[in-house]
Order: sequence, then C-alpha cells, then structure tokens
Amino acid sequence: MKEPKQLSVSAIESGTVIDHIPASSLFKVIKILRLDCIPNQITFGTNLESKTDGKKAIIKIAGVFFENEDINRIALVAPKAKLNIIKDYEVIEKKVVEVPDTIVSIARCMNPKCITNFEKVTTRFKVISKKPLALKCHYCEKITDQERLEII
Amino acid sequence: MKNRSLVSIDDLTTDEINRILKLAGEFEKNPVQELLPGKVVATLFFEPSTRTRLSFESAVNKLGGKVIGFTDSSTSSVTKGETLYDTIRMVSSYADLIVMRHPIEGSARYASEVSSVPIINAGDGANQHPTQTLLDMYSILKTQGTLDKLNICMVGDLKYGRTVHSLLMAMSRWNTSFTFVAPEELRMPDEYKLYLDNLGLKYHETADLSEVINHADIVYMTRVQKERFSDPIEYEKVKNAYVLHKEMLMGAKPGMKILHPLPRVNEINTDVDPTPNAYYFTQAKNGVYTRQAIICTLLGIK
Repeated sequence: MKEPKQLSVSAIESGTVIDHIPASSLFKVIKILRLDCIPNQITFGTNLESKTDGKKAIIKIAGVFFENEDINRIALVAPKAKLNIIKDYEVIEKKVVEVPDTIVSIARCMNPKCITNFEKVTTRFKVISKKPLALKCHYCEKITDQERLEII
Repeated sequence: MKNRSLVSIDDLTTDEINRILKLAGEFEKNPVQELLPGKVVATLFFEPSTRTRLSFESAVNKLGGKVIGFTDSSTSSVTKGETLYDTIRMVSSYADLIVMRHPIEGSARYASEVSSVPIINAGDGANQHPTQTLLDMYSILKTQGTLDKLNICMVGDLKYGRTVHSLLMAMSRWNTSFTFVAPEELRMPDEYKLYLDNLGLKYHETADLSEVINHADIVYMTRVQKERFSDPIEYEKVKNAYVLHKEMLMGAKPGMKILHPLPRVNEINTDVDPTPNAYYFTQAKNGVYTRQAIICTLLGIK
C-alpha cells in the first residue's frame, strides 16, 4: 500500500517558510535571524531528505515577514535558501537570498590578532567577492574566506 | 581633511597625498613655526617604537605644541586591564590629537571610531603605518623630482613587510614599475601582484639583487628576519644574498637612492653610507617634516 504524501513540518496559515537550509546551518540561521527571541509560533525540521542538496532543514515562522535586508543576512550560511511567503495557506511570493555587500555583526574575523577578537567591537566586513566568498575586515583589513568563516 | 583620522594610506585621495607632500616641502624649508600653541598631542605607544615616537614628538615640538603620553603600555593603566575603548575615550578628552602605536591589528580604525579627536595610526600590528608611507613618498618625490614613471626595486622581506605593501599600494596610483627581490620564502604575496596586474602595471621578480640595481631609481631595502623562516638552514643560505655593498653600486644610475625604513641590522653594509646613493638617514629626517604636514592637515591648521 502506498503511503500518503505527508508534510514533515506542518503548514502555516500565514508567515514565512525558509526552505533548502543546509541541515548543518539550521541553528546558525535561527541565531542570525534571532528566531530564539521572538514570541511567534515556529516549527522546524532538520535532516530531511533533499533531492538536490543532501540533508536539508526547513523553518516555518508564523506571522513574520522579513525585509530583504534582514533575510540576506543568512546568505553566508544558507546560500541556496528559498523563501516562500504564505498567506491563507497559499504561497503568494517566492524569494531567494543574496549575499549583501557588507556584513555586520554576523561573522568573526579569522585574524587572531584583530581588535574584534580582543574587545567588544561589532565586526564589519566588506564583501569583496561573493563567489567564492571573501570578506575584508573593516578593522584589520585581512580577508576571511568561506573555509575560515565562523558565525558569531 | 580637518578632524579626520589617518588610519590607512587608502583613506587619502591622490590630491590629499599631493597636498601633504607639498606641505612637507614647506616645513623642510621652514621647520620651526608656532602653529600649535596651546595644543596637546598625545603619543600612546602600547608597544615601543623609539624612532617613530621621537619623530612625532620632534614634529610637535617644532610646531610649538605640547606632548603627553606613554612609551610602553607596561607603565600605563592598560596593565590594569583597561580596554582600548576606555583609554581612547579618556585621552581624547585630554588631547587635541592622538598618535597611536598598538600591536593589535585594526586597533587604530577602532580608536578612530570611538575618539572625539583625530587619530594618527603610527602602526597597528602588521596592518598599516601610513605616516611611514608618506615619508617614503616624500623622499622619493624629493630625490626624483616626480612620483611618475619610476622604477622601484623592493628588496628583502616582501611577504611580511608592511612598509613595502603600503608603498606598493600608494605608488600604484602612478605609472610605477616594480622589481621584487626576495628569497623564495619571502616573496611578494600574490594578492599584490594581482592588484598590479589589474591596473596594468609592470613588475619583475628575481632572487638576484645585483642584476637589477642598475635599472632602479629607488632601491627600497628591508630587513630579512631570521624568525620568518620555517627552516633555519634556508635562512643561513639566503641571509647574505640580500645585503647591499658599495661595489654593487658601480653601475647604478647617478640619481638612484637607497631607502630603508630603519632600523637596519646588516642588510646595508656601512661602506654604502658615504656614497651619494645612501639616503636612509635623510629619509628618517624627512619623517619629521612629513609628520608636521600630517598633523597640521588633520588639525585643519594648514
């Protein structure tokens, strides 16, 4: 007997669905978007099978609609993330994320001798290359690449 | 430029660089001028640097200003655990300008963001040292009469040398051709060569110093430090290959000048000192005029 198709994470009436998050980046996305600090109903699933990307995660946030500027902050950890904007259980808009030109307070500078690793300084980077990713520290001017990227 | 800080040479436009160099020339002709009466300049040296500090203090004194500060963080409240943020907030209420040397990279940029008065970066770790670059450029301009179409030969530690990287970036604004002379382990990093490629500027790399001296307008010497080598045998092999001797200058252009940020150890033999090509001590003297020009520019006095 064939199993009926089921949703791993139940549908929301209205809000934002963030799909195609690499499973390993789920909690980073939660942290970057500060989802742990909002009162809205949030459901998520992780280690789900993806046809294209191995293990993926999905987050459904009821009643929240993000500004592009905010959602692009997750591009560093979930470059292939896709957003579905939901109203009345229907997808009314789809969005993809884009690496912004500047990165503020998300990434750590890989230079152990950088002031941002010594004092309470908000990190700031200029994105000098989006693919492959290369971030130039506003303070020490050293380059942090994807391999050495660490999310604060 | 009034009330702006000088953290990196890239903070300056080409016009601003030209203006500072011109002003440095005026201070060379007339170095003692009462332009800073009642002004206080703080020199905060979180790590010692005798040459740079004395040069700044000499510049302030010649302008009639007063200097406060410390020469080593072991004698300041930093040893009690004070943050840079607090130190700068405090000192910027005591002084009209802060000159700062700090071992941590990016510290000067951060200080410029929390200070209410201009900051001059006198070296932040391996990152930037823009007043050195400006005095190097002043020395080049003064001896060559131009900054354009020169052949600059950089010798020694081109991998870690902060002064050569800044000078390369600054001189690449003009039509400069570069020659890099370094041992294999200390070659100019690819990112700088790529930068020159993108600008269409010419450079030539070699490990042999004697072959390139005759074509150079400027020979910029740096120290090859033993601690930079992973293999001490490698250091022993190359340590004498990057030492300049008098007889190597036989075929040099008459106007060629040898620069060195100092201190030197053995990379320029003392028999070079009396030759007309030796310029490193005059270069150090030029640092005072250049710093006078920078201080007055940032305070909006000139």
